[in-house]
Amino acid sequence: MAAKKIILRFGKDISDKPIIYHLAKDYGLVFNIIKANVNPNKEGTVVLELTGEQYAKGLEYLESEGVRVQPLAEQLSRNELKCTSCGACTDICPTGALYLHRPSMEVAFDSDNCVLCQICLKVCPVKAMEVKF
Amino acid sequence: MAIEKTYAEINEKIRSGKAVVLTAEEVIALVEEKGVSEAARQVDVVTTGTFSPMCSSGVFLNFGHSKPRIRMQKVWLNGIPAYSGIAAVDAYLGATELPEDDPCNSNYPGEFRYGGGHVIHDLLAGKSIKLEALSYGTDCYPRRELETYITLNDINEATLFNPRNAYQNYNCAVNLSGKTIYTYMGLLKPNLGNAHYSSAGQLSPLLNDPYFLTIGIGTRIFLGGGIGYVAWHGTQHFPGIQTDQEKNSYGPAGGTLAVIGDLKQMKPEWLVGTSYLGYGATLTVGIGIPIPILNEDVMSCVSITDRDLYAPVVDYSDAYGQRIPGNLGYVSYAELKTGKITINGKEIPTAPLSSYPKAREIAGKLKDWIQKGDFSLSEPVKLLPSFQDQITAKTLDINGV
Ligand code: SF4
Ligand code: SF4
Repeated sequence: MAAKKIILRFGKDISDKPIIYHLAKDYGLVFNIIKANVNPNKEGTVVLELTGEQYAKGLEYLESEGVRVQPLAEQLSRNELKCTSCGACTDICPTGALYLHRPSMEVAFDSDNCVLCQICLKVCPVKAMEVKF
Repeated sequence: MAIEKTYAEINEKIRSGKAVVLTAEEVIALVEEKGVSEAARQVDVVTTGTFSPMCSSGVFLNFGHSKPRIRMQKVWLNGIPAYSGIAAVDAYLGATELPEDDPCNSNYPGEFRYGGGHVIHDLLAGKSIKLEALSYGTDCYPRRELETYITLNDINEATLFNPRNAYQNYNCAVNLSGKTIYTYMGLLKPNLGNAHYSSAGQLSPLLNDPYFLTIGIGTRIFLGGGIGYVAWHGTQHFPGIQTDQEKNSYGPAGGTLAVIGDLKQMKPEWLVGTSYLGYGATLTVGIGIPIPILNEDVMSCVSITDRDLYAPVVDYSDAYGQRIPGNLGYVSYAELKTGKITINGKEIPTAPLSSYPKAREIAGKLKDWIQKGDFSLSEPVKLLPSFQDQITAKTLDINGV
């Protein structure tokens, strides 16, 4: 069974639980963490590859723990023709992948820091953030 | 000797290619170096700009007459209703209008992906727009139904008329509650998780003419990438000077503009359909206003910097919605632009909603037009009311029936 890439989004209240450990131990899933951004008392995101017999059960467990699971988009890009550099996404993006150059106030996107949480897709008022599956 | 210039003198300089034009950002350094008087002597025009969501925007359309004719009692453009309680085949499409079957916030937070502002943007982009109309049929207008496609070129008039634009100043919005809220000031995280502000600050048109010394009815402006005019003062035009409880002054706020222009010569980059998660659809509008440097007072006004301009910090989880007066203090645009402010002892990240780079680009374009002699200044027919007129806001009482 091929590994699937997924993104897990944790609320602040659960970011200190050993959830990934349970995935491995209780469901025998093999995982490979691609990116993680988990800080105490903050919303966290983990991008991982996951395989194993009990894949579906593992996902059910995650959701029962209040973790939001999304299939992973391969890449996000900022459509520079559409982006107005308004800046509205820059304090919403959890990792600082979308940020402002100061003092010019131009918005920039560093895909290396993007954990594909996709919040910007909804928050961008002109839908300048685009997803490539 | 006091410096006095007339509109005619400035326009003559523009015609002969001798006018000195700076943007509201560029003029700051000149005044700091040379002082107000010398700067007023040297500079003829200062250009301003803003590029922000402005909900009170829309367009009057005249579709032309079909054969047989229809009165058009109800009109939809790409499924968005337009107001047609005016003459036959005239309609007004408002920027915040939504499809009748939009789930809105019943699927909270709603996405509001397509509204009136998006139709305006698509018209400008040259796209074909579905026009549907219904009517009751009269002896002179027999048709009762119509469905066709139009483009901006096909129709008679498309007059952008925005009743309330270019807010002089705006709140800095925060959220004191324990849950995320979705507002016209964007997504506000719980417990003072972030702060959003929406002004071009030192580039903003009405912050550069805070006392309405030059802007009035008939002022020619940059509107949506083309040329427009100030039509009137905007709705809710309550120009004033912000003060705190100790009566310290925090600068001007409260002015607004009603603007008008021919949509057909505007550009889709400068009128952009916009969606606010959990709030609604709107239109982001680009406006730039030239300020003629008639005297030193005007020069002194345009030399303000982000350090001199302040936004009141307002809680949008309760105080705003419940109309509770007061605020959480004032922060300068210079502080806001550092990316962090401190409110109630907590350091919180800030983000703008109004594009400063686009505001700069608008001020630059307007400067370019004036320098090339393509754009001359118009003397207003009548200046707009200022803080001296002491216009105060009325509130709406809920009376029993
Ligand atoms: S998906 Fe968007 S909000 Fe999330 S990390 Fe990437 S850029 Fe930031
Ligand atoms: S919210 Fe959208 S338009 Fe605004 S800066 Fe971010 S990507 Fe660009």
